[in-house]
Amino acid sequence: MNLVCRFCARALLTLTLADACHAAPHVPADGRQVVERLPGRANPIQRQLLQLRAELSKNPNDVGRATALAQRYIEQARLEGDPRYLGYAQAALAPWWKLAQASDEVLVLRATLRQSTHQFALALADLDTVLARDSGNVQARITRATVQMVTGDYAGARTSCMRLYSRAPKLIVQTCLSSVGGVNGDARASFDKLKATLERHPDTAPGIRTWVQTLLAEMAARAGDNAAADALFRQAMASSGPAGAEPDSYLLGAYCDFLLDRGRAAEVAALLKDRTRIDALLLRYAIAQKTLGANDAAAQSAALRLRFEAAMLRGDTVHQREQARFELALRGNPNTAVRLAMLNWAVQKEPADLRILVETAAASGDAASARTALDWIDKTGIEDRTIAATVARLRAMKGST
Amino acid sequence: MILHWRRAGLGLLLALCMAESAAHKPSDSYLTLTVAGNQVDGQWDIALRDLDMAIGLDADGNGELTWDEVRARHADIAAYALSRLALGIPRAGGMAGATAPCPLAVTSQLLDQHSDGAYAVLKLRATCPVDVVTLDADYRLLFDIDPQHKGLLRLAHGALTSTAIFTPDSARQSLQVANAARWRQFFDYVRHGVWHIWIGFDHILFLLSLLLPAVLVRRAGRWQARDSVRASSIEVIKIVTAFTLAHSITLTLATLGMVALPSRVVESAIALSVVVAALNNLWPLITRRLALLAFAFGLIHGFGFASVLLDLGLPQSSLLLSLVGFNVGVELGQLAIVAVFLPLAYLVRATAFYRKAVLMGGSSLIAALALVWLSERVLDLKIITA
Repeated sequence: MNLVCRFCARALLTLTLADACHAAPHVPADGRQVVERLPGRANPIQRQLLQLRAELSKNPNDVGRATALAQRYIEQARLEGDPRYLGYAQAALAPWWKLAQASDEVLVLRATLRQSTHQFALALADLDTVLARDSGNVQARITRATVQMVTGDYAGARTSCMRLYSRAPKLIVQTCLSSVGGVNGDARASFDKLKATLERHPDTAPGIRTWVQTLLAEMAARAGDNAAADALFRQAMASSGPAGAEPDSYLLGAYCDFLLDRGRAAEVAALLKDRTRIDALLLRYAIAQKTLGANDAAAQSAALRLRFEAAMLRGDTVHQREQARFELALRGNPNTAVRLAMLNWAVQKEPADLRILVETAAASGDAASARTALDWIDKTGIEDRTIAATVARLRAMKGST
Repeated sequence: MILHWRRAGLGLLLALCMAESAAHKPSDSYLTLTVAGNQVDGQWDIALRDLDMAIGLDADGNGELTWDEVRARHADIAAYALSRLALGIPRAGGMAGATAPCPLAVTSQLLDQHSDGAYAVLKLRATCPVDVVTLDADYRLLFDIDPQHKGLLRLAHGALTSTAIFTPDSARQSLQVANAARWRQFFDYVRHGVWHIWIGFDHILFLLSLLLPAVLVRRAGRWQARDSVRASSIEVIKIVTAFTLAHSITLTLATLGMVALPSRVVESAIALSVVVAALNNLWPLITRRLALLAFAFGLIHGFGFASVLLDLGLPQSSLLLSLVGFNVGVELGQLAIVAVFLPLAYLVRATAFYRKAVLMGGSSLIAALALVWLSERVLDLKIITA
């Protein structure tokens, strides 16, 4: 009997912790109580999406409508950082989702969606199909270069960028090449060339301008040029979207990392306090709050933990980079963190992935991950002042064993 | 203490959930099914946002969903959900894949808060034609409008839970309910049986009292060593088998409710059996066919085991399984004792030490202890009935 009771108590505890956000099922006392806020129909973008969706549902095999809607949903996912839109985009493409030979447009969108769930090999296969049919498909080529960059295939990415010559605008080609060169032993020249090219094209569309400025800012931050990085981040924030629109979550995350590195946590807290719906931004917010010694730091950390648990429950591994950082910076579990960082490294190899690998390797003293990180740095010639001191510690650690 | 902490913790986390804007995450529903016999009770949490996308809940289109708006659509929500989930069990003797349906109904609807917003909570009930061993589940919620949606299932059976994830590529799944659970349950009862023998000193001492003279033979009013391992082993096997047979019979009869004795009578009789067995070593009356003595008193011990088993609480659906498991456990515990006792006793059986100190001394101690038990248990009886 006693045993049984102890078991119940433990089960209840586990439940309480794991599903803490369940207030327990209930019936609201007041019928007029607002129980959920939906993406509003007053919002013109949402109205358009609804209308496009209604039109498509009358004609689900209309490939033109389907790809247009999928494109809009992908854009919305990027802007809001809400993965549900990616599912809606996939649904729009349902009639062609399993076809090996769909139209180029469908395949490029399918590759983009597959990339977003880290199915990189499948994404590349789709893009290769498109490029075999139409070697001049700029969107497919750029997406291919991006996937190759993320997976650390710099030679392949550079080749993809070169193929854009004379097919894509000069700024796009240079952006492509500089993002490879910037992490592949050619940081200074890559930055200068891209900056000069951007200045020669003052009439660039705002979305592309923001993208380029974000890249430049990150490159300046890695080079340790704080003033330039700060200025570029601010320009990117200012140029992103129409007045009043929120900067996209990638840019915001990158800028906040820059600020956190420079001991400007208070600015991070102010920038992010209304953007915590997105896990990656809540993570930075919580780190800033912890740095500031804020009262709600523990609560933010608990909320993040629930979100990572929810992701693990559904078997998602898309957020292992963030989860590793969470374990290291907020939970103080360097051993768990380094395990996650290694799992993440097996999938993606961007500067942020290298950084968390280096930092968790140093914090945990794990020799295998240290070796992996140092080999990568030696092989690619990536320069990053933000991790230089930690890398030096790893080299010392390696030398002493 | 734990309770206080839990309440405090829950309060903190609730506050946190309310204060915080809902997270962005991919769409999931949370389905919990509890299987008991042929009945399946369930709870299905589906995000209001997803339901709005599927069937439209926001009547006035202002983006603010009130409880009245949700409540007005309860019938539609139930109909939509039930059209996307089917439960069944494999049809006996049917073709592979043939399923006998377990009709599902929504019994009530509530509301709950998850990390990414408010969820409709549908309480479900399904009744299957016969007891569920394998549950066939066909889950298709939202897959048409969001193929990245996942259904996260927690399947409970007794104290055991398993999990499964439904995706468009794994929408139909056969879930083993009983088998895994039954084996676990069986072993749980085996463990209980072993444990009970282990802590049940009266059973151990009774057995020891019978086993102590088994490596000896009574000739001309004196104990002498048995000639061979074989002879000793046969005697031990006879005694153990008789005891096992007898207590298995009464254990089964009592557990199935065919025979019932007051536990005080049983406990006293068990103490008496130990006294008798020990005294018989000191002043031997029965020197041959000790197995018969083991059998007779084994009947009493069976009632003792049964009361333990009944105290553990027996699931009606797997009564026999638990009974057999418990009995197997008791025998395993017994065998362990014999395995330790027999070689040691055989080695020293010819010594005066064994005859005097172990047999006589040990039996005296056992008899004394059992007399204390006996008086305690009988005394208890008197006090209670007085």
